[in-house]
Amino acid sequence: MSLTKKQVRQIATLARLQLEEDELHDVVDKLSKIVGFVDQLQTASTDDVSPMAHPLHMSQTLRSDEVTESNERDLIQENAPSVQDGYYVVPKVIE
Amino acid sequence: MTSGWEVVIGLEIHTQLSTKSKIFSGAATAYGSETNTQACLIDLGYPGILPVLNTEVVRMAVKFGLAVNAAISPLSVFARKNYFYPDLPKGYQISQYELPIVEHGELFIRTDDGTEKRIGITRAHLEEDAGKSIHKGFGKSSGIDLNRAGTPLLEIVSEPDLRSAKEAVAYMRKIHSIVRYLEISDGNMQEGSFRCDANVSVRASGQKQLGTRTELKNLNSFRFVEKAINFEAQRQIDVVEEGGQIVQETRLYDSDNDETRPMRSKEEANDYRYFPDPDLLPVEIDDLFIETVRKTLPELPDAKQQRFADEYGLKAVDAEILTVNKPVADYFEAVAIKTTAKAQIAANWVIGELSALLNKQDVDIQNSRIGVEELVHLLDRITDNTISGKIGKDIFEAMWRGEGSVDEIIKARGLKQITDDSEIAAVIDRVLQANTLQVADYKAGKDKLFGYFVGQVMKETSGKANPTQVNKILKEKLT
Amino acid sequence: MISGETLHRQTLAELAQGLAAGEFTSRELTEILLRRIESHQESYNAFITITAEIALQQADKADKARANGDGGYLNGLPIAHKDLFCTKRVLTTCGSRMLQNFVSPYDATVVEKMALAGAVMLGKTNMDEFAMGSSNETSHFGPVMNPWNTKLSPGGSSGGSAAAVAGRLVPVATGTDTGGSIRQPAAMTGTTGIKPTYGRVSRFGMVAFASSLDQGGVIARSAEDAAMVLEVISGHDHRDSTSINHPVPRYVDGLSRGIKGLKVGIVRQHFDEGLDESCAEAINLALNTLSESGAKIVEVDLPHIDLSVPAYYVVAPAECSSNLSRFDGVRFGHRAEKPQDLHDLYCRTRGEAFGAEVKRRIMTGTYVLSAGYYDAYYLKAQKVRKLISQDFVNAFCEVDLIAGPTTPTTAFALGEKTDDPITMYLNDIYTIGANLSGLPGISIPCGLVGGLPVGLQLVGPHFEEERILACAHQYQQLTDWHRLEPGATI
Repeated sequence: MSLTKKQVRQIATLARLQLEEDELHDVVDKLSKIVGFVDQLQTASTDDVSPMAHPLHMSQTLRSDEVTESNERDLIQENAPSVQDGYYVVPKVIE
Repeated sequence: MTSGWEVVIGLEIHTQLSTKSKIFSGAATAYGSETNTQACLIDLGYPGILPVLNTEVVRMAVKFGLAVNAAISPLSVFARKNYFYPDLPKGYQISQYELPIVEHGELFIRTDDGTEKRIGITRAHLEEDAGKSIHKGFGKSSGIDLNRAGTPLLEIVSEPDLRSAKEAVAYMRKIHSIVRYLEISDGNMQEGSFRCDANVSVRASGQKQLGTRTELKNLNSFRFVEKAINFEAQRQIDVVEEGGQIVQETRLYDSDNDETRPMRSKEEANDYRYFPDPDLLPVEIDDLFIETVRKTLPELPDAKQQRFADEYGLKAVDAEILTVNKPVADYFEAVAIKTTAKAQIAANWVIGELSALLNKQDVDIQNSRIGVEELVHLLDRITDNTISGKIGKDIFEAMWRGEGSVDEIIKARGLKQITDDSEIAAVIDRVLQANTLQVADYKAGKDKLFGYFVGQVMKETSGKANPTQVNKILKEKLT
Repeated sequence: MISGETLHRQTLAELAQGLAAGEFTSRELTEILLRRIESHQESYNAFITITAEIALQQADKADKARANGDGGYLNGLPIAHKDLFCTKRVLTTCGSRMLQNFVSPYDATVVEKMALAGAVMLGKTNMDEFAMGSSNETSHFGPVMNPWNTKLSPGGSSGGSAAAVAGRLVPVATGTDTGGSIRQPAAMTGTTGIKPTYGRVSRFGMVAFASSLDQGGVIARSAEDAAMVLEVISGHDHRDSTSINHPVPRYVDGLSRGIKGLKVGIVRQHFDEGLDESCAEAINLALNTLSESGAKIVEVDLPHIDLSVPAYYVVAPAECSSNLSRFDGVRFGHRAEKPQDLHDLYCRTRGEAFGAEVKRRIMTGTYVLSAGYYDAYYLKAQKVRKLISQDFVNAFCEVDLIAGPTTPTTAFALGEKTDDPITMYLNDIYTIGANLSGLPGISIPCGLVGGLPVGLQLVGPHFEEERILACAHQYQQLTDWHRLEPGATI
């Protein structure tokens, strides 16, 4: 199975990855190989097989409804690239 | 609405669950805290962190499910809804997709013609809320506050059973009432704890196939829901009547201009790539858990309404009004039990005088300046004829202003009803003497003047004379 | 006088004895190893961050504790962490430009447990970017060189940890294994690497690659050393919903269980054409050794195992595409300069700071989850995963553990497989099954081919770390392969 440039561009947009025009060819080529490779899965007969999302059969544990976290904003925001008055700053959000 | 068209509406209501901590973290959920001080590493989607589910949200969802007669899934699964947005820290929202916790519920609303209508609830699922973008004060940028990120939400999805904006509002009010009865949400719409998206489409009357729908986002008041749906339905009808086609899109209601318009951020077709969240395991709910929750269910609005009508003999419409909000129902019932007045009188006062004042002053009934005891006292004084109903209303307002207790005000203003026959007779004599001409006319057959004489007596006594006695004695004097 | 010349050669167990006997202090040991790390940094590039200051503090603290008769199980023993375990106030880069300046505000559970046990952290080891790679060449900080031959790859993604242990820079190091990332580099560097049962070691603070496959573990120089560390880092963690609440045995005590009467399964497909012939010989010799000491070797069938790599390359990228969405330049990590708008901020931030392999996997994952492809790829892979797991369950009804090669070949040259992702992916052909099924697996050295180590893999049923460790330990009692140092010949 081979992907088209257009498909790869769409995937990159969905994944928010900028692809330069000169790397596009290589990405299309390698992604096509990978998709072709995983296409082997279609050979397996999986009728009546339930999909497996977790390696172990367990159910979710629950925590009690307690406030355990305190304000660590200053420490946490040391990693933030752009902050103003405690807000994370991003280019204008348009609704 | 233009005749010949049918409007089809389904609502997705987002109810913020009133837990102390967030759905997947131990950060507080309090409203209005300083920016980003309630966003912990989990809420911020820090590398390496993992979500752990809050037991209380599961209990609340089950409680809701039981209240709307729904099926509780023995196994439900959290999924990731993937999209990029600055208020969504992880680049995905943890929600439920294929296996929600609650399915196949129902409730009943009263339609315009007074009949009951069943509205199906497709599902209710748990999810985390996003943060907020602030646009003012950041120039060409926006500021992101993630305090709200990770707050638990129950998304309640109705069937497309609603046929008018009014029905949609009635349904939304009913859900609002239920979640507050259950004490799983404060339902505060100003703070965004209760908001809804509406899916709206139109079709020619009689047509079976549904029309293309649009989704109206973030309607955060009952009034906006009604106005937005009405606008959108009319817009769609206009488009179709002019030979156009409805585009399936997400639209925003602009309350300033009372119109809906497409959301720019949603223009790009979203592909959410839902898949089971590998960080969370399936939630298993057994019968024991369900039964334990069932035992905590309070009397719900419909049952309470019925009981008020049966037990207190209230008019159906009054029973309905009184049971929308549990605190109002509780207030009424406390008054009705304690007062010597008839329950319907108590209902009239709660629905009438009290509600009017609460609304005017924008105060909740829990914070009413006139508590249950005060109202009981006032109604008792009317019942035992110490004061008339009319004076009761003046005293009620005086009590609200803080002028003292019922008895203090009666005493201070000398408002005690005159019930002494001789005293009343003396006043009547004075009135009749001063109006000899009218007395003559009355005796000549002008019956209407009776009311005039009553009025004069009440005026003389500043309204304090017992009206029944005035009528009786006056009649005797004039014959 | 301390035997500084040979201290770095000792295993963790030997060092523990030396410390206990007062032959040397933790500070002395730490200083020796820090010097070794510094002097080998250029030739191996095994570390991204060397935490000398912290190490010396921890060593002093450990020495003081020992003097007072206190101290944890690993008191004063030097260790290193793969650089995807979050370490408070220390860089945690995941081998990526995205996190090259990221200082974690918290400790991973594994890091916390090691510190509590008194271990001394010497540094953070190099790795494939976000653990995506099998050669350590995708690291933003340059490839790691294999101490056996610096022109060769040490394997990946825990290549830095493997090289550091093989190169005698540190006796043990943590690693993570999503598709073989502990066992494959262990095999290629002549070290012992264990990936326990999924959920045995908390994932809290381990930067996620593929959440349903990731599992922390240990690279050491012997099964005994691996058992010591595994005992410390295992256990239920309420901060990780997928962590298992199952008692942790004293792994070290279980080492002497022996292998007499053990039924060891071998899988036909593991010996197909893909396996290098000389490696196959080494594996067969190892199986003979096991057999001679009382194990019974029988053939088992894993009918769907050939589909493990394709299933993995759907499931792992799908989860990674979502896990890595949080790297958006807003709250932490790299951010593109002067973004024109939001979309530009996202695309350039991620386009600039993720390497080619990470981008490929994000795109593969995005594709297999997208509308129209979900059923054909993601759902199908989850079903095949179920089939593969079921195969293992069936096999473990017949045998106690499964043995075979860890990798198809010995270490390969740096640059040899970078052009073809599929060739690289097939390096994990024998290891991926254990990840898909959540099974514990260990790789131990079992021979040299062309002067390079060969790895023997042992895979057990869920929660049977003890069994594979005992088998590995027994083998290491009978052989000296694990004692060979880089440069050794036979």
